[in-house]
Amino acid sequence: MTTSDAGETVIRVRGLVNRFAGQVVHDGLDMEVRAREVFGIVGGSGTGKSVLLRTILGLHPPTAGHVELYGRQVGAMSRAERAGIVQRFGVTFQNGALIGSLTVAENVELPLREYRRLARPALDEQARLCLAMAGLPPDAAGKYPAQLSGGMAKRAALARALALEPRLLFLDEPTAGLDPISAAAFDELLLYLHSQLDLTVVMITHDLDTLFRTCGRVGVILDGKMSSGTLDQVAASPHPWIQAYFHGPRARASRGERDG
Amino acid sequence: MPSSLTLEGGGDDWRLRIAGDWSARALAETRIRLDDLPRGLAGTLTCDWSAAESPGIGPAWALLERLDAVGGGRLRIRHVSAPRHVAFLEGLRDRERTLPPADGARPTGSLAVLGRWVIARGGDSREFAAFVGRIVAVLARAVRRPRSWRLPSITRHIQETGVTAIPIVCLIAFLISVIVAYLGSQQLRLFGAEIFVVDLITIAVLREMGVLLTAIIVAGRSGSAFAAEIGAMQLNEEIDALRAMGMDPVELLVVPRIIALVIALPLLTVVADATGLLGGGLLAHYQAHISWPQFADRLRAAIAPTTFWAGLIKAPVFAALIAVVGTYRGMRVRGSPRELGRQTTIAVVQSIFFVIFADALFAVLFVRLRF
Ligand SMILES: Nc1ncnc2c1ncn2[C@@H]1O[C@H](COP(=O)(O)OP(=O)(O)OP(=O)(O)O)[C@@H](O)[C@H]1O
Ligand SMILES: [Mg+2]
Repeated sequence: MTTSDAGETVIRVRGLVNRFAGQVVHDGLDMEVRAREVFGIVGGSGTGKSVLLRTILGLHPPTAGHVELYGRQVGAMSRAERAGIVQRFGVTFQNGALIGSLTVAENVELPLREYRRLARPALDEQARLCLAMAGLPPDAAGKYPAQLSGGMAKRAALARALALEPRLLFLDEPTAGLDPISAAAFDELLLYLHSQLDLTVVMITHDLDTLFRTCGRVGVILDGKMSSGTLDQVAASPHPWIQAYFHGPRARASRGERDG
Repeated sequence: MPSSLTLEGGGDDWRLRIAGDWSARALAETRIRLDDLPRGLAGTLTCDWSAAESPGIGPAWALLERLDAVGGGRLRIRHVSAPRHVAFLEGLRDRERTLPPADGARPTGSLAVLGRWVIARGGDSREFAAFVGRIVAVLARAVRRPRSWRLPSITRHIQETGVTAIPIVCLIAFLISVIVAYLGSQQLRLFGAEIFVVDLITIAVLREMGVLLTAIIVAGRSGSAFAAEIGAMQLNEEIDALRAMGMDPVELLVVPRIIALVIALPLLTVVADATGLLGGGLLAHYQAHISWPQFADRLRAAIAPTTFWAGLIKAPVFAALIAVVGTYRGMRVRGSPRELGRQTTIAVVQSIFFVIFADALFAVLFVRLRF
């Protein structure tokens, strides 16, 4: 891990526009993520958080706008360049997206096989490492995704995302559907990995506890644009949605925990 | 610089110099270095990381694992100028040791495999019988309660399995009967009996080929579609959701498909019969030079009152077999997309097999009944 990239801008989104059949999802959205921060993306359901993530990952060509990863434009990368960048990030999707016909261990081994060209004993050993990092017990390795609980599936997805030792981690609602204890454990795990492995994390979440516990800066998607800043800066905005979100009854409870 | 490992010292004081590219990208290569470490080390081992370039997590983990293997627990390990994550990984390993290990593999002897196969087949037959039983129960209920006929669903499936299949059924029935008529007329010409090609076509198409070809096409098209649609719903827990809402998936998904196919397949058979006769007739006319009035005469003579019905009566039976097998296979999908593919394949193979088997039974039955 080099230390030269501290504070450097890892993701830069400028004037992003995404339109689906007459529906405008993003309308001139700007976003910036710096190295080694945990950046939270919030917004109501259907405001385009997942679409934003897919755009940054290059899975969805935007209608207009400019998306840069590590200073290189996402749409304009050559195949080789893209393969290099892809290995630097790990992704978990909103619905897990584990490959159903492979066991958990095989899911984790998939990127290792593809990019590291490892063979059998090494694969087993690395898969065990990833499962352990994601906090899964060893007996989960041989299970199929359909045999996992929701929380285990989230962890398995995280294990696969960690396989290539990413420097940039994208998480789409990693704690949705977890019980509060598992969700808190996931937060701690994430903070721990973040501090140990010098990760940059971009996380979409509706979970206020997670947000207050883990995120240094947050970006709120409102009317197709993003306003970002530290939690306190964003929470101070007078916009009614932000007021309702950060100062509603649930938020007060989560904040109280943090401040108290 | 490529990675290197240098082991120095002796007795019970060892020093391991870790140098070169120890990043995650070079993992495959560093693994080879690790395999060269000699077994049976004991005493203290000092790992010196000062010359390692951007050491990654995976390689560090591989090193710890390998040292465990070569030391066999008798080695005390210290790390000097190690990257921060080495301590993190040691913590992980300690925690992992307290967890239960993964399950052992299942027995794999041939007897065990045979045993599992027998148990699986036994369970399969029992479940199939139960499935057919539930279909019959739903049908019995539906007779008393006409509201539970899912008409929109039935019409949609008639559209999908019947109407959209017309082009391919026509094409295949036409081509096959042209081929049969051509080969038949070639042979019959040797006896100067070319006119009997009309008998050949009529009987072959109406009694056997029309219905059998249609059933096989429909098994491939709709049997697989039934299995795949219902199987995908199983994977998505949609079937469980229906059950949880108090709805019976057999009534909602299975029975409408069976009814639709039992209606559609006979109609398709009539279409196939007609195009088959047309194809054979065209060939007889242009190749064997049989005039149309001659053809019509011969056709009327060849056709017994039962010929048409002997073919058509089989269609609903074939339809029921295809639909029941397809939907049953769909309901059997559990867990993984691979299972979906497997069950869809089984649905097609089994329904074609059942259709041909049933056709053979019909043939014997018709001979006995002089039908
Ligand atoms: N491929 C697509 N075609 C058409 N519309 C789409 C497509 N993908 C997303 N949308 C629309 O874009 C909007 C944003 O979707 P998105 O999935 O990003 O929401 P989200 O912010 O992630 O919501 P949630 O918090 O519920 O996950 C939605 O209104 C959705 O209907
Ligand atoms: Mg989403």
